[in-house]
Amino acid sequence: MKDAVIVTLLKVEHLAVDLVRDGQRYGLVRDVSLEVPAGGTLAVVGESGSGKSLTALAVMGLLPSELSISSGTITFDGRELPDLSARQLRELRGGDIAMIFQEPMTSLNPVLTVGRQLTEGMRLKLGLTRGEARARAIDLLSEVGIAEPERRLKEYPHQFSGGMRQRVMIAIAMSCNPKLILADEPTTALDVTIQAQILTLLSRLCKNHDVGLVLITHNLGIVARHADRVSVMYGGRVVEEGLARAAFAAPAHPYTVGLLNSVPRLDLPRDRALTPIDGQPPDPMEIVHGCRFHPRCAWATEKCAQEIPPLAPHRNTAVACWHPVAPTVAAQ
Amino acid sequence: MTAKPLLEVNGLHVRFPLRSGLMQRVTGAVHAVSGVDFAIPRGEAYGLVGESGCGKTTVARAVLQLVRPSSGIIRFDGENLTAMSPAQLAPFRRRVQAIFQDPFSSLNPRMTAGDILAEPIRVHRLVPPREIAERVGHLLDLCGLPRRFVELYPHEMSGGQRQRVGIARALAMEPDLIVCDEAVSALDVSVQAQIINLLADLRRELGLTYLFIGHDLSVVRHLCDQVAVMYLGRVMERAPSEPLFATPAHPYTRALLDAVPDPDPEHEAGREVEPLQGEVPSPSAPPPGCVFHPRCPVAIARCKQDEPALAPVGPERKAACWLAEPKPRRDTSIKKQEVIQ
Repeated sequence: MKDAVIVTLLKVEHLAVDLVRDGQRYGLVRDVSLEVPAGGTLAVVGESGSGKSLTALAVMGLLPSELSISSGTITFDGRELPDLSARQLRELRGGDIAMIFQEPMTSLNPVLTVGRQLTEGMRLKLGLTRGEARARAIDLLSEVGIAEPERRLKEYPHQFSGGMRQRVMIAIAMSCNPKLILADEPTTALDVTIQAQILTLLSRLCKNHDVGLVLITHNLGIVARHADRVSVMYGGRVVEEGLARAAFAAPAHPYTVGLLNSVPRLDLPRDRALTPIDGQPPDPMEIVHGCRFHPRCAWATEKCAQEIPPLAPHRNTAVACWHPVAPTVAAQ
Repeated sequence: MTAKPLLEVNGLHVRFPLRSGLMQRVTGAVHAVSGVDFAIPRGEAYGLVGESGCGKTTVARAVLQLVRPSSGIIRFDGENLTAMSPAQLAPFRRRVQAIFQDPFSSLNPRMTAGDILAEPIRVHRLVPPREIAERVGHLLDLCGLPRRFVELYPHEMSGGQRQRVGIARALAMEPDLIVCDEAVSALDVSVQAQIINLLADLRRELGLTYLFIGHDLSVVRHLCDQVAVMYLGRVMERAPSEPLFATPAHPYTRALLDAVPDPDPEHEAGREVEPLQGEVPSPSAPPPGCVFHPRCPVAIARCKQDEPALAPVGPERKAACWLAEPKPRRDTSIKKQEVIQ
């Protein structure tokens, strides 16, 4: 384990993703910069339409054909991802970078056995023989907590429960010794006790094998329990970024403050009033001038409606806001 | 409790037959709900929590008279619904309304919000025809929607706005009881708080009673006065919200609370949580003894044989566990408790 020297594994700088439809160009992701240190966990938080999943798909080179990266750089382990050929990208995906999606039923092939899907990558990417791949698959399944791995290898996804399928997905992701795992809402479809099992497993595996993890979620509790750093996204932009501890202890962006004030919490008094954020999450296709959050923001001024605030250091985090919230106000 | 409860559920069982083979013979049964009792005083919000397959939605459907109970009694305002004919039930159907999880599939895409709200008022002749428009406008006001929404179709609204229309539709019938089945689960965090507050305000202003089904424990704690925790068709623990969440008595309740991460990294870093092992067994083949024993971290030999009944563990509190004992939520690990003592 290399400590002291923090190696940046994934670096996304000023990423922009555009949708072109009927000759119109819509900016779905704008000026997004993220950094994942080797073996570290970054949580990307946001509501639907915030661009958090698109950012992950852009990193993986898996954007749907209507969408494209219009500017920015993505550097992974010293290589510029958008410069790679389709073939090089294919080698990277499922190899050095693995992805885990929300719905394990749709991301596993229903007509192939779990064993076949688990060994496919290893045979292709690691060049293992059938027997070697099978032996490693058995180890992987027991490592992710699946009992009787030899028998279960021969079964099909429908014979697994939702939580077990997500364990299989984690085994597949780990199978080719990745350096980075992108997990997009990996436990949203699961019950709370299973969610706790899966995330604890994923975090532990990533720590033990020194794998970087990008955890995309809308659940602030998951961020608090599992992430070192957090990027809060809203309307296609990062509005606040920093150490999770700093961002939760003294959030400076009105949206981060609003999110924290709008979730009911088991660790605070039951009669604590919830302060929702007014209005609706923005429609990504709608053009908003200035800060995307200003129509819902209690602190917005004339300037917010005209100029886009850049992400800049402020106190202990980086914030994209013309009027960052004072700690005393945020604590209320 | 001195006043007569608005809803009383006693010994509720719901079994679904399992059929198989060419002749579709009944070869078994899924015991979705096995002996559930609870009562909701008028004006209170009662929460049913548990993981998928615990039977909470089946209880809600039985209360709504959408499934027939295999046995047991459901009393609404003193009348036994389970003994009634469909014609006798009609007036009760108006007084018990439902709000569902996904407002997109529970609203007719071909009807405007105005039509959706006007239809039940017209069918049940709640007001004279010329007053319907005003009544619809009033319902939109109540649910925080601008009046221009009468002309909008569900696809023209956001998720939160659709859920407001779903709530307005339930209110259109002037119900006494509203069954909220995962009513805020599909909404984004910032919008979820708006709907939670709306439900709380409406209850206060209109004197409504809620049966709130949910899997998000923090939402249920915030909204409900009393809570029943269900597992595999049974109530594991039943108590007023405050003590239930502060000092859970059943190991399952404790495990559920441990599984929920709090949005506070400092606190989470110091929290040693060992997630509950295993998964919920199939309701068609429940384990013997206490149904929770295969996953229970503290199970003893007796738990494998004898099923514990709900027994008092404190004022107004009951738990179905041989080892039930209210303990503070924070100090769940034995190590920490020793330090404190």
